[in-house]
Amino acid sequence: MTRNISRRSILKGTAALAGAAGTLPMLPFAAQAADEIIVGGLHDLSGFIDFAGIPMNQIMLMAIEEINASGGLLGKKVKGVVYDPQTNMSLYSQYATQLALKDKAAVVMGGITSASRETIRPILHRYKTLYFYNTLYEGGVCDRNEISLGTTPAQTVEKLVPYTMGLWGKKVYTIAADYNYGQITAAWVKRYVEQNGGEVVSTDFFPLDVTNFGPTISKIQSAKPDMVMSALVGSGHLGFYNQWAAAGMKNEIPIASTTFGAGGAEIEIIQPEVANGIISCYGYYPTVDTPENKAWVQAVKKRYPEKTPLLTELSAFTWEGMMIWADAVRTAGSLDRVKIIEAMETGKTYTMPSGKVSIDPLTHHAIRDVYIADLQDKQFIIKKKFSQVQPADTQLVCNLKKNPDANKHYEISLE
Amino acid sequence: MDFSLVVAIELLREVAGLILIATGLAVIFGMMRVINIAHGEFMMLGGYTVVLTTKLGVNIWVAILILAPLAVGLFGIIVERLIIRHLYGRIIDSLLATWGLSLFLIGFVTVVFGNTVEGVSTPFSGLAIGQYTVAIYTLFLIFAAMAFIASVYLTLRYTKAGLIARATMQNPDMVECLGVNSKIVYMATFGIGAAFAGLAGGLLAPISGVVPGMGALLIGKAFITVVTGGAAVVAGTLSAAGILGTISQAVTFASGPVFGDATLLFVALILLRLLPQGITGRIFTRSV
Repeated sequence: MTRNISRRSILKGTAALAGAAGTLPMLPFAAQAADEIIVGGLHDLSGFIDFAGIPMNQIMLMAIEEINASGGLLGKKVKGVVYDPQTNMSLYSQYATQLALKDKAAVVMGGITSASRETIRPILHRYKTLYFYNTLYEGGVCDRNEISLGTTPAQTVEKLVPYTMGLWGKKVYTIAADYNYGQITAAWVKRYVEQNGGEVVSTDFFPLDVTNFGPTISKIQSAKPDMVMSALVGSGHLGFYNQWAAAGMKNEIPIASTTFGAGGAEIEIIQPEVANGIISCYGYYPTVDTPENKAWVQAVKKRYPEKTPLLTELSAFTWEGMMIWADAVRTAGSLDRVKIIEAMETGKTYTMPSGKVSIDPLTHHAIRDVYIADLQDKQFIIKKKFSQVQPADTQLVCNLKKNPDANKHYEISLE
Repeated sequence: MDFSLVVAIELLREVAGLILIATGLAVIFGMMRVINIAHGEFMMLGGYTVVLTTKLGVNIWVAILILAPLAVGLFGIIVERLIIRHLYGRIIDSLLATWGLSLFLIGFVTVVFGNTVEGVSTPFSGLAIGQYTVAIYTLFLIFAAMAFIASVYLTLRYTKAGLIARATMQNPDMVECLGVNSKIVYMATFGIGAAFAGLAGGLLAPISGVVPGMGALLIGKAFITVVTGGAAVVAGTLSAAGILGTISQAVTFASGPVFGDATLLFVALILLRLLPQGITGRIFTRSV
């Protein structure tokens, strides 16, 4: 009997201790005691998508140097803490936890694939560490702790479909990667094609390890579409473009793509005689013709005269993420996460290399300019600009004013 | 009519693709009982050889048909001397060692050449068949696969080297007694298997992107073909590639690539359930 009672009281005591220990690392003074502000960087610096991660990291470090050169933030220096998650999801979760709890980062930039984002987003949400995701993706994240600067299908596909249909015709054949990005993008393509009075004659999905596109090329030839819309992803799928040209289709049926050139590697691996003429639509191209962008491109070349990072949506928006965050910290006058978020939610318009950018307070996605470009000899020739395009897809499912505690990635269904 | 011709060409092309990626593996596995997990990376090295040498101005045919198999074949001999020869008869150990080699090669190539190298474009243009066009390169690949099979068959069947190789695989001690150094036979066999892998990688380079991870996309199908085929190098590869390639590609035409890939795996599953030693374990047992 006495033994029982004593064991119970010991249990209670231990539980209380554990509870106290659990709250300790989250006390607010811990983060502000340091004389440096920590910015965490989580980009794949090795692995199959390092061609995207390395430039993003270079640009993030450049932005930190620029912020420090102009006097830092709140009288403190900004310091980048960079980890390489190696395209490995367990390392992503480990480093995100480390950045939040051990390094006490004020903000974390990073995540490239949607899988990596959905690994670290809930962790950073739980530990109340502000998070910037700077990659184009399929849309649908609803989380007040995250700012998503990349374009979503409603911003790019909505413009690309009518533009290319106007050029080439109304019969569209869609080929897409068989996972959630490809499936969701193909559904948006179908919706916009039909809204513009056209027809999707067929949609084919390909697992990421498919390398032979012969049957599909024959099927496209027999369907005789006016254009092909490609949402293919990854190195296996790059074979499509070579096989398409090898079958003599290059000058027969034109291709528009929601992915080609997004990460920058495609235009290196695929020869210009194969890739010329592919039309795409993104939120940034290095050829954007504004004084801000020209100055920025020069600054990047000056900072990295060798190993100059590829300038794409991914790297350009990482710089924008840093600058928007720094501006919000100055406006808030503190490192308080909620005050920083509120500063960004005012809808302030930032003039950036990619054009005018503001944060939609309802979804925390960027309202931004998007561009349509024609690829010629590894150069994107901008054909058209659309100003202040809304993230209309995420706006369908997410309202952070009504539901500020949301912590979810919605799969936007168009069925 | 045109369409059935195009379908027939594509079916042959898939069979040819399986033969190309599986022959090198079949030579090494079928004759030496070594599971070479790095086979995919051997093909990747072949692809890189083509991409890098054509960039230096080498003629693309020289790069594909001579340099790729030569470079990877020599590399295979080095690998056999340094790693594989210590592991004969230890299937699991050789599997782990070549897996390590595979990871090392991916990392090494990524560090040295980067994830992005400029590709090569496909030689030849399209050939019109009615309202369709097929790549002439596709026909070339089918021809190359036939040449693969023919060369292995003729070598094993009609040359002295082939006789010695077959004898060594059956009874190495007896061959040693007859004055043949079996170490050299193993080394040469591994080198030839690697050369086939390099040639396959070189042949596929113009129609796929060349990246360090490309081996991983090819190795699965190569293994399934070899295991389904069984012990005989020529008859096994030919029959397994014929059955799996035709059925999966026909399903791909009918219902798309997702079902095509699934069918390939399903058919291999059934074949292995009925013929656990592979097709040539029960049928064509006397073939090479």
